[in-house]
Amino acid sequence: MIRQVASRFLTRPTAAAAVVTIRRPFSTEVTDSSSGDTAFVEAWKKVVPNIDPPRTPSQYMQPRPPTPSTLPTKLTVNFVLPYASELSGKEVDMVIVPATTGQMGILPGHVPTIAELKPGLLSVHEGNEVKKYFISSGFAFVHPNSYADILAVEAVPLDKVDPAEVQAGLNKFTQKLSSASTELEKAEAQIGVDVHSALNFALTG
Amino acid sequence: MAMAALRREGRRLVPLVSSPRPINAIQSTLAPAEEQVGLGVRSISTQIVRNRMKSVKNIQKITKAMKMVAASKLRAIQVRAENSRGLWQPFTALLGDTPSVSVKKNVIVTISSDKGLCGGINSTSVKISRALHKINSGPDAECKYVVLGEKAKAQLIRDSKKHIELTMTELQKNFLNYTQVSVIADDILKNVEYDALRIVFNKFQSVVSFLPTTATVLSPEVVERESEAGGKIGSLDSYEIEGGETKSEVLQNLSEFQFSCVMFNGVLENACSEQGARMSAMDSSSRNAGDMLDRLTLTYNRTRQASITTELTEIISGASALEG
Repeated sequence: MIRQVASRFLTRPTAAAAVVTIRRPFSTEVTDSSSGDTAFVEAWKKVVPNIDPPRTPSQYMQPRPPTPSTLPTKLTVNFVLPYASELSGKEVDMVIVPATTGQMGILPGHVPTIAELKPGLLSVHEGNEVKKYFISSGFAFVHPNSYADILAVEAVPLDKVDPAEVQAGLNKFTQKLSSASTELEKAEAQIGVDVHSALNFALTG
Repeated sequence: MAMAALRREGRRLVPLVSSPRPINAIQSTLAPAEEQVGLGVRSISTQIVRNRMKSVKNIQKITKAMKMVAASKLRAIQVRAENSRGLWQPFTALLGDTPSVSVKKNVIVTISSDKGLCGGINSTSVKISRALHKINSGPDAECKYVVLGEKAKAQLIRDSKKHIELTMTELQKNFLNYTQVSVIADDILKNVEYDALRIVFNKFQSVVSFLPTTATVLSPEVVERESEAGGKIGSLDSYEIEGGETKSEVLQNLSEFQFSCVMFNGVLENACSEQGARMSAMDSSSRNAGDMLDRLTLTYNRTRQASITTELTEIISGASALEG
């Protein structure tokens, strides 16, 4: 039994040193800062004192750091998709996002922005390495504390895109656009053409 | 004496049987057995106890199997729910969390399961929805329900039928994915007028712990109003808007995207909670069945031994009467 206790002591400091989210089966980490929205809790307790008030999303989130006084050197990027968090809290030098008004570069200390994105190329620059993704539409938020949140519905790393398929898709949708009759068909074909030509451009450019 | 023992057994068995419904059905078969006893039969027939033991054992097997199925489904969906947790965080970071906002048109979106036997999570969601309805309806504010899932629909339709705007069921028939949820979100946004959408779901923490949560999504007009008034979203004006022709168009898209993202996470978390609750409900059910089986075995043995003793006594007394 002493050996078990000793082994537990030995493993615990190493687990704390390595910042690894240990995935326990059937259980998840939920950071719970129990201070809820006080006004909401008050209003709740007045009407329904017997039931505990429900939690709100801000209780499950780590609070973001405040705006620093000096310009930070790195940009912290969160790139999230519905089925994965591609990058979370990664410190990079620059990100270029495909906003509807054109490619937009985001550096640390960028003015706070809400940008709507169109399908296009997203590139993450970290030192000398550049990671490129092709994303579908989404949104990008740049906060005053040099945090950038990029949300997209779909994203593929650019090296996984097959140029031949892209060309074939573009031809198919251009054909559909010319032969479309109803508004709905025209809109669908137009979307296909837009996405495929953006893909083409991303691959070549 | 055996009869008295069994009656005592019957009374002790009743408080044991609490939540699992299948076991309650067996409880009623005990009553006719006792009636037969009351008609002057010496001891309860072992056949009846044996039948009961067989059915309780079957129930134990079924609930154990259901627990395994729920465990495997939970494992699959837990990964997806955890991965989708990053999706709503940027919105809360940008727009803050405003559950105490007071608007004219509130819509409560209740997410629940379609199948039962999952513990109390659906009742919790319905309780929270009703409480939110009470808080947010007043002389100048109205509150409507949009219900996803059979169980909440069944409960809410009983007393709030005229407040229910839209119901959707059989969400999990096909694999849950973002496209499906965004279509549902689109449906809701098109058919329901809203100033604030309050989504109620159970967030999965572990198999024994589910946290009822409510996430608030505001319509673009309310976001503008709140940002002008200051407070949590006050700093929204300092953000430059890129893309789209006007600020309101971008805010409209933003609010719709936020709704579909928060809904997606909510639906996945609720599905996780449902499987977890079902696991723990079936686990306690099979444990109850095991306890019941132990007690029935004792009763059975006692009855059997009592009848053997009676027979022996009769034979021996008959023999001794013949002798002497």
